[in-house]
Amino acid sequence: MNLAARLKPLNTPVTLVAVVLLLAVLTALMGISLLTRIVTVMFVSLILVLGLQLYMGNSGILSFAHIGFMGIGAYTSVLFSMTPTAKELTNADLYPFLVPLHLPFLPSVLVGALVATLVAAVVSYPLMRLSDAAAVITTFALLVIIHVVLLHWDRVTNGPRTLFGVDNYTTLWTSVIFCVITIFAVYLFKESRIGLRLRATRDDAYAAASIGINMVVMRWLAFIASAFIAGVGGALWAHFITSFTPYSFFLTETFVILAMLVIGGPYSVSGAVVGTLVVTAAREILRAIENYVNILQVFPQGFFGFTEVVLAVVLILILVYRPTGIMGSRELRWPQKLPKVQEKEAIPSSEKA
Amino acid sequence: MINLEFIINMISLGSLYAMLALGLVIIYGILRLVNFAYGELIMIGGYTMFLLAGFTPLPWLVVAVLAVAAAMFTSLFTELVAFRPVREKSLTAMLITSFAVSTLLQNSALLIISPRARAVTLPQIFQTSVMIAGTSVPWRNILTIVTSIVMLTLLTLLLRRTVLGIALRAAADNFTMTRMLGVPANTVISAAFAISGIMAGIVSIFWIARSASVTPTIGAPPLLVAFVATVIGGMRSLTGAVVGGFVYAIIISLLGVLLPPELLEFREAFMFAFVIIILLFRPEGLVSSKTSVERVG
Repeated sequence: MNLAARLKPLNTPVTLVAVVLLLAVLTALMGISLLTRIVTVMFVSLILVLGLQLYMGNSGILSFAHIGFMGIGAYTSVLFSMTPTAKELTNADLYPFLVPLHLPFLPSVLVGALVATLVAAVVSYPLMRLSDAAAVITTFALLVIIHVVLLHWDRVTNGPRTLFGVDNYTTLWTSVIFCVITIFAVYLFKESRIGLRLRATRDDAYAAASIGINMVVMRWLAFIASAFIAGVGGALWAHFITSFTPYSFFLTETFVILAMLVIGGPYSVSGAVVGTLVVTAAREILRAIENYVNILQVFPQGFFGFTEVVLAVVLILILVYRPTGIMGSRELRWPQKLPKVQEKEAIPSSEKA
Repeated sequence: MINLEFIINMISLGSLYAMLALGLVIIYGILRLVNFAYGELIMIGGYTMFLLAGFTPLPWLVVAVLAVAAAMFTSLFTELVAFRPVREKSLTAMLITSFAVSTLLQNSALLIISPRARAVTLPQIFQTSVMIAGTSVPWRNILTIVTSIVMLTLLTLLLRRTVLGIALRAAADNFTMTRMLGVPANTVISAAFAISGIMAGIVSIFWIARSASVTPTIGAPPLLVAFVATVIGGMRSLTGAVVGGFVYAIIISLLGVLLPPELLEFREAFMFAFVIIILLFRPEGLVSSKTSVERVG
């Protein structure tokens, strides 16, 4: 077995990583700071979308709580990465025992993600048996609860006021590295035994149960993994944006991340990547139009919300005409010649003649 | 603290929430759709009042009726262009669609009118109070209670005495069977969306009257209330929705009195934790309907 054949199962993630690396290198070569910003945020969004895909794509259940875990990851990691002085400056009411905590950037991200994971693991287990509308309402309720806690737990989150003074640790390459890891992780999860079993419950819960698959546990594991990725995404986002409020982790962000996944195609990892790229590009173009119109002052009341309106219309059109998104359940691959070559070789040469 | 004023407030709040929950449940019962765009119908009602009361000489009652009509037509329109095409696909597709419709309507208001709050001119009666048994009761509360009684009576009559009402109830019970018996699905669903829109429109009058202003995001709080109230009531039953609305009002009012101030801010979190607990342990709600929600596992 040669190397190409050995890598065959990893064809999709390698292809997706190649796309990400290509974009990153091009961005770095161009060296335009605005573009670098946009691409970095895009990669962080990609991590969040991949995390959502891991749960939604494999379980078939819509989860609204994802951005809540992003918020937990963001706030927790920042609490560890900021210096005690910076913390006292931004939030004088911070619990005294939290002030001296200080960790380097990467451990902070990890702690943020782990806290998000822990919260998800504890609260989500009983929710995993719910399907359809009940599942959606409970995860939505979870999002609201997390939001209310972030909004009013002044002594940890600075309440509704902006939390500022976070060091900008997330660079283009940090986000790229995390993206690459996440792509492999999400793809391997999909192909793992857990992923396969979970998709079996998605396609037919009763049939899956009849062959001994424990749907609740499978969903729970996926939900936990998904929350971990959301926590990482939130931590990276926080260290890039550097000042934010709990409103950054609510319905607006949920809509964007959900739109990326649904437009790209929630049932494949490639869909998450394609959706993130397409929606980011579209959003930036629309946002530029919006700013341009605002500078021209065509409308006296300003020109806001145009981007979201177009995005919402596109999302509805996708759901109507292509409900499985751009990618459907297909995955991107290199054009494969290998299997065909092998088949031809398998035919005895005597018969060819 | 629990005196006549408190009780009248609570009943008025309960009537408002009952109407709110009814509008959400009537759609859920038939389509299993949790309509995220429901709150935006209230916003539409609010902006209609802002535009008509501010820029036309129409008498206020006409303005109110037109606001309700605007909410109703928006509801019908969203059903026609967004929900109908995805109806046959999947529940998840329909839910995401409703979320997209909500974002669409909200940002359209942002785009067309303004991100800033707009003052809505309301008649004097919404600001004045009347003395009943030694307590001052705002007319607004009395109007809310009276309106909800009228609306509930009308809705009950519609559902019990008309062919459409019977079709609606049958569809909520078993939609497939109802269609097989020759009830046109589109008519029933449109009727449900129309009723939902009317409820949202009426609620919008009283909701807007509290702050006398309207913003693009005004639909979010009533949507959250409707969510909780319908889950308490059981999602499937119209009686349950009314009960849920009142229970919500009672709980939220009591929490307002009983919770220590530092926890009061988390009131909403408690309400939603309550929602999760109900869905886990009593998914059929306080008032269960004949058919229960499907659950696997």
